[in-house]
Amino acid sequence: MKYIDEFRDGQVAQGLATRIRQEVEPGRDYALMEFCGGHTHAICRYGIEDLLPDQVRLIHGPGCPVCVLPSGRLQSAIDLVEREQIILCSYGDLLRVPGAHGDTLLRAKARGANVQMVYSISDALDIARAQPDRHVVFFAIGFETTTPPTAVAILQARREGLHNFSVYCNHVLTPPALRAILTDQRSLAEAGSGKQDHGTLHGCIGPAHVSTIIGSEPYQFVAAEHRHPLVIAGFEPLDVLQAILLLIRQINAGEAKVENEYTRAVTPEGNRKAQRLMAEVFLLRPGFEWRGLGELPDSALAIRPEFAEWDAERRFVIPAIQAADHKACACAEVLRGIKRPQDCKVFGIACTPDHPLGSCMVSAEGACAAHYHYGRFRQAAV
Amino acid sequence: MNLTRQRFAHPLDVKNGCIELSHGGGGRAMAQLIEELFLAAFDNDWLRAQDDCARLPACGGRLVMATDSHVVSPLFFPGGDIGCLSVHGTINDVAMSGAQPLYLAATFILEEGFPLADLKKIVDSMAQAARRAGVSIVTGDTKVVERGKGDGVFITTTGVGVIPPGVEISASRAKPGDVILISGALGDHGMAVLSQRENLSFDSPIVSDTAALHELVAVMIQATPGIHCLRDPTRGGLGSALNEIAQQSGVGMRLREAAIPVHEPVRALCEFLGLDPLYVANEGKLLAICPAELAETVRATLRGHPLGQEAAIIGEVVEDPHGFVEMETTFGGRRLVDWLSGEQLPRIC
Amino acid sequence: MCLAIPAQVVEMVDDEHAVVDMSGVRKLISIALLDELAVGDYVIVHVGYALSRLDPEEAAETLRLFSEYSALTVQTA
Repeated sequence: MKYIDEFRDGQVAQGLATRIRQEVEPGRDYALMEFCGGHTHAICRYGIEDLLPDQVRLIHGPGCPVCVLPSGRLQSAIDLVEREQIILCSYGDLLRVPGAHGDTLLRAKARGANVQMVYSISDALDIARAQPDRHVVFFAIGFETTTPPTAVAILQARREGLHNFSVYCNHVLTPPALRAILTDQRSLAEAGSGKQDHGTLHGCIGPAHVSTIIGSEPYQFVAAEHRHPLVIAGFEPLDVLQAILLLIRQINAGEAKVENEYTRAVTPEGNRKAQRLMAEVFLLRPGFEWRGLGELPDSALAIRPEFAEWDAERRFVIPAIQAADHKACACAEVLRGIKRPQDCKVFGIACTPDHPLGSCMVSAEGACAAHYHYGRFRQAAV
Repeated sequence: MNLTRQRFAHPLDVKNGCIELSHGGGGRAMAQLIEELFLAAFDNDWLRAQDDCARLPACGGRLVMATDSHVVSPLFFPGGDIGCLSVHGTINDVAMSGAQPLYLAATFILEEGFPLADLKKIVDSMAQAARRAGVSIVTGDTKVVERGKGDGVFITTTGVGVIPPGVEISASRAKPGDVILISGALGDHGMAVLSQRENLSFDSPIVSDTAALHELVAVMIQATPGIHCLRDPTRGGLGSALNEIAQQSGVGMRLREAAIPVHEPVRALCEFLGLDPLYVANEGKLLAICPAELAETVRATLRGHPLGQEAAIIGEVVEDPHGFVEMETTFGGRRLVDWLSGEQLPRIC
Repeated sequence: MCLAIPAQVVEMVDDEHAVVDMSGVRKLISIALLDELAVGDYVIVHVGYALSRLDPEEAAETLRLFSEYSALTVQTA
């Protein structure tokens, strides 16, 4: 596969790994956060940690839109599809995530609710066109990568006068989440929590495809305000290794810059057309509750009033639901990079992919699911 | 044999007709459906006797029986249909014990309104698959359910075979030091079916690998009767099959990703949808576990057969109290090949 | 967090749609987020939409950098 296989070359990987081993300074730790769930997945699936020296520690961040979706918002969608005569279209990722009381969209479907899995929001538009007497609600989630397609679809619906279609919008933004994590880490460091694992962050691996849309410019605050280096990395394992090397070099040199390793797809300004379309359809919510990160201001999007026709929260009454996380669930700390999955008391015991207590275990790229699915054998070996 | 002209006033309208409730009622309508569609296609002495059962000769050996239900959607997919899939599937289940499949039973649950033209295609496909495999469909049953209570057609096939003397093949026989082989590329069937599902439609050259493997198994056993395990990795794919065997044998496994064959379009479609080929269904492949000294012979035997031309050695069985199936990735790192909890779902994240 | 893959544009259907190909798998996708696309271009596809064009020169340069760092280690090893 062109532009994929070349970036997975095992021999080049060994060379880069050797290089990394040569460049880490003895006795020095490198705690690197990979913000994006896609990187978490790549790291676990390829076993990249096995190629790194022990000094380099990868911390999984909250860039997983399924993981940060509050269970109350998910429960609202389950209630909606059971209460109203609608078709709820959803990406596959959401179907098994537990809402309040452990209920899921898949279980609702088993009970008779009309839940349909789609690959793309354009499939939801097709369903709406094919069934004019049913209302189709699309459950929209995702960071800035997935938001432009939703914008295009809403504009399309307006152009066509498609009135049996609306979007339940849960789109969130990357820079505010990144800012929250870094601020968190800084307070932990300043409070001197003492433990090596807490509050020490030396650099960040920036998201790949979010960056194709927003560009590399929005990350400048990471370097300017928090004095951390950030390297935007592509999704393939060689991209990740290269980004780690570039971060180590910056850290060794005491630098803090935003670098772009994914130059084949990311430019400083990003995709201006996509940004324009997003701005046309969405506005900032004053606040939005993120699972694990709490309430963050200006961090999520709502549909503009002029598109009210296609806003499910205006077409239907969707009461806000407060759903508390399971008492033993440590997703909040895992998402903030404070705990590793294996540090959670219920990891692998009460909380497994078969029986997930929190979203980190359900999403394919959630830190807990990724570690359980690909990496838990390492704990057994110890 | 012109039973139809004597017993039924008009032939079945296969071109435009549909299944009606009367076709399951036990009366003349059902008899006609059975004769003109099923018996005509499967035609053999047992079925011609038109008894409710088949009288079979003594088999003189250890009997093996296997059964499968088939609920695939869509019913027709690139490379096959629910008909040949059901025949191959049960033949393969029987064959994985080392047995020679002899007889099949086939039951049909038909939904009211199901087009007879489609049913005929499916039944003819079953007949052809059985004939090619040298296995007879000797008995069966038909029921009809009301519209909305079935997915067109559900088929259950049960197969019976005989294991040759001296053959001991079982999922509990894998031993540390054994070698693991696969007969060919993974994921063709699952992705062929998935590419046709609504809301996921992709144009691809991927074709189901559905095939009867019993002749391949017979050749393998003749060349290397000391094989320990055979399994066709259907639902849940190679990953699930290996985990099952690891658990039943109380061992671990170590695989090499670079050695596992996957066709490019299958790899590509998996990338599009975020699926792992290790867990995608196969319907014409087998995995074999054998003592190390037999591995090269097993591989050569597989490669010498049309259904095993892409066979490869993909790993080893090891001691492991946790029963982990681990894999060295193409990248040089390691990962677990975990036991999936449910079906893989396409993802966007 | 976003499963996106590079695929090649093989057919322009209209202003907003194209068919892409990856190793023989083809899909009709939306190109509404990009301007000036041509048959032969590679795009990054996410949930049925092309997000950005893949720059072949930058890709080659990135691969060259990988090799350079890799090769250097071979020399010094």
